[in-house]
Amino acid sequence: MEFTPPEINLLIVAPVLIIMAAGSLGMVIDLFMPDGKKGWAVWLAAIGLLLALAQNIALWNGNYETFIPQNGVAMVVMDNFAIFLNATFLLTGLLVIPLSRSYLQRTGLEKPEYYMLLLFSISGMMLMGMANDLILVFLALEVLSIPLYIMCGMLWPRPESEESAMKYFLLGAFSSAIFVFGIALVYGATTTTAIPLIFDAVAANGLNAMIVTGLAFLMVGAGFKVAAVPFHMWTPDVYEGAPTPVTAFMSVGAKIAGFAALLRVLMLALPQASGEWVTAVAVLSTLTLIIGNVVAIRQGNIKRMLAYSSIAHAGYILIAVAAAADNPSAGVSSALFYMFAYLFTNLGAFGMVIALERNYGEGNLLDDFKGLAKRHPWLSLAMAYFMLSLTGIPPTGGFSAKFYVFGAAIEAELYWLVLIGVITSVISGYYYLRVVYLMYMFDGEGQLITGRALQFAVFVMAISTLVLGLFPEGLFNLTAEATLSATRLLAGG
Amino acid sequence: MGDPLVFGILAIVAIVAALMMVTSRNAVHSALWLVLNFATIAVFYVVLNAPFIAMVQITVYAGAIMVLFLFVIMLLGAEQLRGTGVSSRGERFHQAVAALLGVMLITAVTLALMNREGAGGGTAVPTMPITSPQELGLILFETYVFPFEVTGVLLLAAIIGVAIFTLRKKRGTAV
Repeated sequence: MEFTPPEINLLIVAPVLIIMAAGSLGMVIDLFMPDGKKGWAVWLAAIGLLLALAQNIALWNGNYETFIPQNGVAMVVMDNFAIFLNATFLLTGLLVIPLSRSYLQRTGLEKPEYYMLLLFSISGMMLMGMANDLILVFLALEVLSIPLYIMCGMLWPRPESEESAMKYFLLGAFSSAIFVFGIALVYGATTTTAIPLIFDAVAANGLNAMIVTGLAFLMVGAGFKVAAVPFHMWTPDVYEGAPTPVTAFMSVGAKIAGFAALLRVLMLALPQASGEWVTAVAVLSTLTLIIGNVVAIRQGNIKRMLAYSSIAHAGYILIAVAAAADNPSAGVSSALFYMFAYLFTNLGAFGMVIALERNYGEGNLLDDFKGLAKRHPWLSLAMAYFMLSLTGIPPTGGFSAKFYVFGAAIEAELYWLVLIGVITSVISGYYYLRVVYLMYMFDGEGQLITGRALQFAVFVMAISTLVLGLFPEGLFNLTAEATLSATRLLAGG
Repeated sequence: MGDPLVFGILAIVAIVAALMMVTSRNAVHSALWLVLNFATIAVFYVVLNAPFIAMVQITVYAGAIMVLFLFVIMLLGAEQLRGTGVSSRGERFHQAVAALLGVMLITAVTLALMNREGAGGGTAVPTMPITSPQELGLILFETYVFPFEVTGVLLLAAIIGVAIFTLRKKRGTAV
C-alpha cells in the first residue's frame, strides 16, 4: 500500500482558501483585541473578500481542475461557471458588510464573530459552485448553512430570533439528511459520487428507478435551500425573525448557492435524466411562482413580503433551469444572469428595510414606508427603482433578467411556463408598487437611519441595476462564456 | 453483501429501535434505544467488510456520544416528556397526512431499490474492503483530502456557534 498524493494546485482554490483563512485569522485576532475595538473585523472581512475576488477573476477562462487523485477525476473544478458564481457570492459579501454595520451597532450585535461567520458561509457557497463530487457538494451545503443557523439566532434574547434559528436549523438538518439520502441512492446505483463518473455510468448503463429516486431526493434537498414551493414553509418565519442583514444575505447567497448545486447536479451529473427532471422542475416552478406571488400580496410586514418575493424569484430561476433541459447554454446563462441581477436588486431593497428598522422588529411594517419620499427623496427613489426592478419593468436589471429567462424558455418551447411567469409578474406589480405608492402618496413619521456606508452601498446597487437594465449585453456575454465551459464538459462526457 | 437472513434480522432490529427511540416518552429510554440502533448499524458495517468503521461507530457513537447524551439528560432532569400525550383534532389530521406521505415515500424508495436494472447493474459493493485504519487513511488523503480539510472549517464554524450561544448567557448580554 503506497501513498500517492493527489495533484494539488492551491492557487486554483485560493479564492476559497483566502476567505477561510481570513475567517480563521479573525477569530485569532479577536483573542488579543480589547473588547471595545471592533472596527478591524469589517476591514479584515472586506480585504479578504477583495483579495479573493481578485484571485478569482485572475482564474477566468482557465478551466482549471485540482485535487486530482490517481483515477484522474478532479475533486474541484474552477471553470467559468464556478468563477462567475464565486464572483456573485463575493460581491454579495462585499455589499452585505456595509449594509450590516449600522444595524449591528444599533442592536448591540456588533461582534467580530458576525463577520467571520459571514466569511465561512461565503466559503461554503463558493464550494457549492466548484464541487465536482457529491460529497463535496454536501459538505459545502453544511459549511454554508451552519454559520447561517448561528447568525439567525444571534439577536438573543429575542424569542423571534431564536425561533428563526431553531426552525431553520431543524428544517435545514432535515433537508440535508434528504440530500445525503439522495447521494446514497445515486452512489448505490452508479458506485461513485464523482459527478463526471455518474455521467459516465448513466451513459454506459442507462437510467434506472434508483437513480431517478436519488435525483428526486437531491432536488428536494436543494429545493429547501432555494425555498421552492412546496419546500418553502420555513422561509417567512426565518426571514422575519433573523437579524435583517442576515435575512438579506440569506435571501441572496443561500438561494444562489442552492441553484449552483442544482445546476451542477442536473446539468453535469444527470443530463441524460433531463426527461425526468424537466417535468419536476416545471411543476416546482409553477407552484413557486403562483404561491410566492399570491401570498406576498397579503403580507403587511415588509420582511415577510420580501420573503415571499424571494420565493417567487426562485420560481423564475426555476423556469431557466427547466429551459436548460432542452437548451443548456441559454438556460444556464439566463439563470446566471437572473441571479446576478437579483443580487443587486434584492440587497438594495433589503438595505432600505434595514435603514427603516429602528429597534429590532420596529419599523418593519409596510405602513412605516408612508411619507418617506418627502424626507429622503434620493433613497426613496432608489427603493422605488428596486421595486420596479423586482417587478420586471424596463429599464431595470430585473427586466433584462426576466427577458433572457423567458427567451430561453420560449426557445425550449415551454410556452405555458412563460405564460405563468408573465401573469405572476403582473400580479407581483401589485405588492411591489404598493410600497412606492405608500412612500410617495402619504404623510408619515417614517425616518431612515443610514450611515454613509449604507447609503453608498444602496447607491452602488441602484447604479448596477440601472446599468444591467440599459446595457445587459456585457454581462450576458460573460454568462454565456460561463455556461460554455459547463456544456463543453457535458459534450466531452 | 452477506447473508440475506442476517441482513433481514439486523434491519428489523434497527428499524424497531429507531421507532422506539422516536416514540418513547422517557428520554433515557430513547437514548438507550438509540444505542441499540447505533450498535446494529455497527454490525452492518462488519457485514459490509468494514470492521474498522464498525469499531469507530461503536466507540464514538454508541460509546462517547451516547454517554454524553445520557449525562445531559440526567443533569437537566429532562427524563420525562411533559404534556398529556392527547392530541387535538388538528394535530391528528397533521399526523395522518404525515403518515400517509411517509408510507408513500417508503413505497417509492422500496420500488426504486427493487427495480435497479440498468446503470451499475446493482447495489454498490465497495471495490476494496476497508479493513484497516491504514486503508481508510489512504482514501482520506488521496481522493478525499479536500473534503477532509473542508470538514475542519465546518467544525470550526460549529464550535464558534456553540461559544456564541453559551457564553452570552453567562455574560447576560446579547452578543
